[in-house]
Amino acid sequence: MYEFLTSTEVYNFIKGPLVWVSFIIFIGGSLYKIISLLFLARKDKVVYPYMSLKYSVRSIFHWVIPFASTNMRKRPWITTMTFSYHICLVLTPVFLLSHNMLLRDSWNIRWWTLPEGVADVMTLIVILCTLFFLMRRLIAPEVRFVTSVSDYVLLAMVAAPFSTGFLAFHQLFFDYNLIVTFHILFGEIMLVAIPFTRLSHMLFFWLTRAYTGSEFGAVRHAKDW
Amino acid sequence: MIKVERKDVADPGIDEKVKNLNPEKIEKTINWVLGKEAAARLKAYVQTCIHCGLCSEACHYYLSHDRDPSYAPVAKVRQTLWEILKRKGRVDGESLKRCARIAYTECNLCRRCSMYCPFGIDIAYLISIVRRMCHLLGVVPQYLQARINSQMATMNSEWLTQDDWIDTAQWQEEELRMEIKNARIPLDKEGAEIMYSLHSVEVKFMTQLIANIAKIMTVAGIDWTIPSTDGWDNTNQAMHGGDFETMGMAVRKHFEAAFKLKVKKIVMNECGHAFKAMVYDGSRWLGWKESPLPYVHAIQFYYELIRDGKIKIAKKIKEPVTVQDPCNLVRGRGLGDMLRYIINATCEDFRDMTPRYEHNYCCCSGGGVLHADKPWKTVRLEGSRIKAEQLKATGAEIAITACHSCHKGVHDLIDHYKLGMHVKFLSEILVEVMEIPEELRVAK
Repeated sequence: MYEFLTSTEVYNFIKGPLVWVSFIIFIGGSLYKIISLLFLARKDKVVYPYMSLKYSVRSIFHWVIPFASTNMRKRPWITTMTFSYHICLVLTPVFLLSHNMLLRDSWNIRWWTLPEGVADVMTLIVILCTLFFLMRRLIAPEVRFVTSVSDYVLLAMVAAPFSTGFLAFHQLFFDYNLIVTFHILFGEIMLVAIPFTRLSHMLFFWLTRAYTGSEFGAVRHAKDW
Repeated sequence: MIKVERKDVADPGIDEKVKNLNPEKIEKTINWVLGKEAAARLKAYVQTCIHCGLCSEACHYYLSHDRDPSYAPVAKVRQTLWEILKRKGRVDGESLKRCARIAYTECNLCRRCSMYCPFGIDIAYLISIVRRMCHLLGVVPQYLQARINSQMATMNSEWLTQDDWIDTAQWQEEELRMEIKNARIPLDKEGAEIMYSLHSVEVKFMTQLIANIAKIMTVAGIDWTIPSTDGWDNTNQAMHGGDFETMGMAVRKHFEAAFKLKVKKIVMNECGHAFKAMVYDGSRWLGWKESPLPYVHAIQFYYELIRDGKIKIAKKIKEPVTVQDPCNLVRGRGLGDMLRYIINATCEDFRDMTPRYEHNYCCCSGGGVLHADKPWKTVRLEGSRIKAEQLKATGAEIAITACHSCHKGVHDLIDHYKLGMHVKFLSEILVEVMEIPEELRVAK
């Protein structure tokens, strides 16, 4: 088993064709989901007539800036954890040195890289926040009431590439070849899961926010934050 | 698992009706709604909700029940739509009973939760879908359905005949003429500037409100009219019941009456849901983007009268007052500033609530919950504990409610929580403080 998982063939496969497959599914799937929702929205006759760019932007603005909405101010801990988590989640894989080196080798593309120490801290933030969210799901009654297995799986699915990446880079506890194989696989699993699970909130949040912003702002002359 | 505890409530509109249903019929109807009626928004909201629970603190039911998680908005959706979707519509009578109870009596469709959800999910819309399913299966709280039936049969929700309406209008006119010279309630005046639209409860029980508006109109010198025929009532419990067809029928009748009278705009009385039905839900169902004629709520109307000097204030109310922000008018139309303008102009000691404006809590009466009436009164009173606390904290003696549901609801909760306050409509305040020109006063 160990020989198989750490073999050159498997490594080349997950680092090569499987990356293609997972990105195609991720990008293609995301586009499909967004476009099909936009088409479906035509059938829901109230959506397009009331959409307003100005009020959509106004609403999105108040919800992507930390503490810009009332509920965010009422929940400072959750707001801090959520924003840290998401910022680190998105920026770390994109600007990581190890990933940038692969990008340079494969495509001769170079872009800005995070200092190693900063990347480490960001990864640990993701893991720490995962634990915070996990605790929230287990302890807070209003969250526990609506939590099921899938919610834990989603948390784990996102935490997996980050934890294995950290372990791989620092060559902690596990054999490097083995853990890096898992890291790549977990990363790919997470990517393909995005369009087809609740991780798609990344794609849809803009649209639901825009619609509510339009309804509240343009139609109801009220603030939705 | 957290246990959901509810006291048993007998409502034949729900209990008896589920007995007539078989799983096939339920499945077929639910899938019709999911497939043909609900579409993009349902999909987007259910798929995007990350089960974070941040909507909980927004809901007055949740807060009034000491943060019982089963009352949170997302919990309401979990107990209804998630079940339904998971089973692809194959739910039994007992599940449907639970869905009806939650959708009709544990949510006022106030939309405060959408302001707290980071994704702006319209939980009220999701609850409305559940109500729609229940309506199509005939499972609706008895008293609520009674009002919808009245609407279908008589075009008003109080089983009033045309005679009842005309007699009442003429009676109030007569009464008012003892105080105001030549006061009239012009019925069917073609070409008038404004058609006034009122609530059938005012014709049945609160007739002094009709005299109030007639007094205001006469003093302000407004060219107005009300139809003598069907279409004078603006109530719409069908909207709350999920009976969108009847909702549309009532709204169409109302606008047709206005078209027939060739008025320039419609001014309505102090009601919240009627505004929503006429300007949003009903008009949209009929294919209009918004109401086909300018539709002005009493709050805006009174604001303009005072601002333009058509009504002058002779004296101000001395007792401390506070104001309820009706969900459909403030969160639903941004009329909070106009409301406060009127109150500051007419009252000396105004003590605003906290939180206020869009962030004010629902009084737990709107959205049809008040109209689910007696079986559910306790549920409504328990859900409004947070509102009672808010009111008490202001130290006011009068609570101004520019909405019929709020008026009755706040009145009930003041009683129940022994707050010792009075509730008043804006019109009641206005007729008390407004200046009556000498030439209009009847010599004693």
